[in-house]
Amino acid sequence: MRIKCRRLVGGYAEGYSLVSPEPISFFGGVDPSTGLVIDRLNPIRGESISGRILVFPGGKGSTVGSYILYRLAKHGLAPKAMICLEADPVVAVGAVLAGIPLLDKPEYYIFKTGMYLRVYGDEGLVEIVS
Amino acid sequence: MISDLYLSSYEERILKGEYGYAKQKAMEILVALGDLYGAEKLIPISSAQIAGVSYTSIGDEGLEWLESLMDGQVEVLSTLNPAGMDLDRWRDMGIPIDYASKQIRIIEAYSRLGALPVCTCTPYLSGNLPTYGCHIAWAESSAVVFANSVLKAKTNREGGPSALAAAIVGRTPLYGLHLDENRISNVSIRIEIDLTDTWEYSVLGFWIGRTLKMDDVPFIEGLKTYDTDRFKAIGASMASISSMSIFNADVLGDSRPESCEKLSFDRSILMDTIETLPDTSMDKGCVDIVCLGCPHLSLWELKVIANLLRGRRVRKDVNLWLFTSRAVYSVAEKCGIVSEIESVGGKVYRDACPALAPLSSIGYKVMVTDSLKMWFYGRHLAGLETIFSPTIDCIYVASR
Repeated sequence: MRIKCRRLVGGYAEGYSLVSPEPISFFGGVDPSTGLVIDRLNPIRGESISGRILVFPGGKGSTVGSYILYRLAKHGLAPKAMICLEADPVVAVGAVLAGIPLLDKPEYYIFKTGMYLRVYGDEGLVEIVS
Repeated sequence: MISDLYLSSYEERILKGEYGYAKQKAMEILVALGDLYGAEKLIPISSAQIAGVSYTSIGDEGLEWLESLMDGQVEVLSTLNPAGMDLDRWRDMGIPIDYASKQIRIIEAYSRLGALPVCTCTPYLSGNLPTYGCHIAWAESSAVVFANSVLKAKTNREGGPSALAAAIVGRTPLYGLHLDENRISNVSIRIEIDLTDTWEYSVLGFWIGRTLKMDDVPFIEGLKTYDTDRFKAIGASMASISSMSIFNADVLGDSRPESCEKLSFDRSILMDTIETLPDTSMDKGCVDIVCLGCPHLSLWELKVIANLLRGRRVRKDVNLWLFTSRAVYSVAEKCGIVSEIESVGGKVYRDACPALAPLSSIGYKVMVTDSLKMWFYGRHLAGLETIFSPTIDCIYVASR
C-alpha cells in the first residue's frame, strides 16, 4: 500500500517503523549518545530510534532539538526517516541538519510499530511493504 | 505538485550545491520551513539576529553543526544573541574554563561565518537597527517584538538555525508576520493606569502574554508615558510567556482596529499579576545575586542605576550584576557610568545573559530581578529561586 504525504525533506530510506503515540521533544526526550527515548511520559521510553523509520505526531519543546538530530546523525544513531502527522519547525530544521528524509500529513495515519516501510522522500510517498 | 514554494534559478542552483555546502544546507532549511508554512516564495532580508549562541543552549551538538559550515558567509548584517558569559571577563563571573573554551569556540565559528560578535538581546541599540517595512530574520523573542511593533520592520520569530540560514542565503520564506494581513490587531487593551517605572511595563507585557491567545495581535491604547526602554520591557515579558511576536499601539501611529475584543489594564490587574507570581514575597534576606539588564540595559537605564547607587555601596554578601551590550558598554564607559557603578561594587557585564550563564552550578541560589522575562527564565532555565521586584528595590536589596 502506498500513502501520499507532504514532502519536507527529500531522500530515500527503508526499514522497520517505530511509532511514538506522543509528540517528541528531541532535547531532553532522546539521549543523543545512545539514540534511546528517555522521555518518562512517552510509552516508547527505552526504545531506540536509531535506524528506524520514526513515526510520531510531531515535535515539541526546545529548538535545541534540531541539533540533537544532527548529533545523532553524526554518530550514526539517527532514524533512517521520519513521518509526522504534522511536523513543526524544530523537527523540520533538525531533519535538514541531519539529512533525514521527512514527510508529514499522510493521507492515512495507519502506521504501527514493526511495519517494514519504504520512504520515497522526493516523491512524498510511503510504501507499507509488510 | 510536491511543493508550492517558487524558487528562482539562482535559488535552485544554491539548493543543488553550486554555491557550497553551507549555502546549500541553509537553503534546505529555508525550503523545508517554506513548505511547512505554505510560503509562495523567498524574499530578500536586510538583517539577521541569530540565536543559538550560548553554550548552555546549543551544547556540543550546536557547536559541531556550526563548525561544519566552514565554507559559508552571511549575506546581510548579522548580530548574535547573548552568550553564557562576558567574553572577556568570564573569570570574574566565576565561569568554569571548560565552559568558557566551548563558548569562545562558538563565537569564533559565528565570526568565521561573518556574523558580528555583538552578543546582545538588544541589537537595535547596538548597530543593527532595521527601518520601517524592512523584511528581516530575527531570533530573540524580545527583539522580534520590538522590531515588529516599534520599528515596524517585519520578521517572524526565528529559531537559531533558521535565522542563521536566512543570514547565509540573505532571504527568508514569505509567510507569517512578513504578510501585512497577519499584523492587524484583533484585541484592544485600554491602559487605565498611569504607568511610569519600567518594571510596571514588564508586568503589562507579562499580563498580555498570559491573557491573550498565541495568535492574537494586541492593540495597546492610552499609554501616557512611553519610550524605547518601556517598549523594550513590554515586548520582553510578553514574548517570554507566549509566542506572540507583535503588538500595535495608538502612540506608535497604528490605526485602531474597527471591531475587536476589548480589554482594559488597571491598577488592580497590575497588583493581582504581581501577587500571583510565586516567590515574589519571599524573604529578600537570602538573596545572593541581583541581576538587572533583561533585555540588556540601555545607556539611560545604566545612568539611572548609577544615580540610584550614589552614596551607597554594594553589600559584601550580595552580587549586583548589570548586563548590557558591548556597544552600549563602550559609550557608558566613555561617559564614566561604568566606573561609577563599579567603584561602589557593582559589575557591568557585556555579551551575556544571566539566564544562560551556569549560575546555579557556580553556586548561586536566590536571584532578584526587575524583569519578568528574567524572572521566568531564572526559574525555568537557570534553576534559581527568582524574586521579581521594582528596580529601586533591587538596588536597595543589593546595596546600603
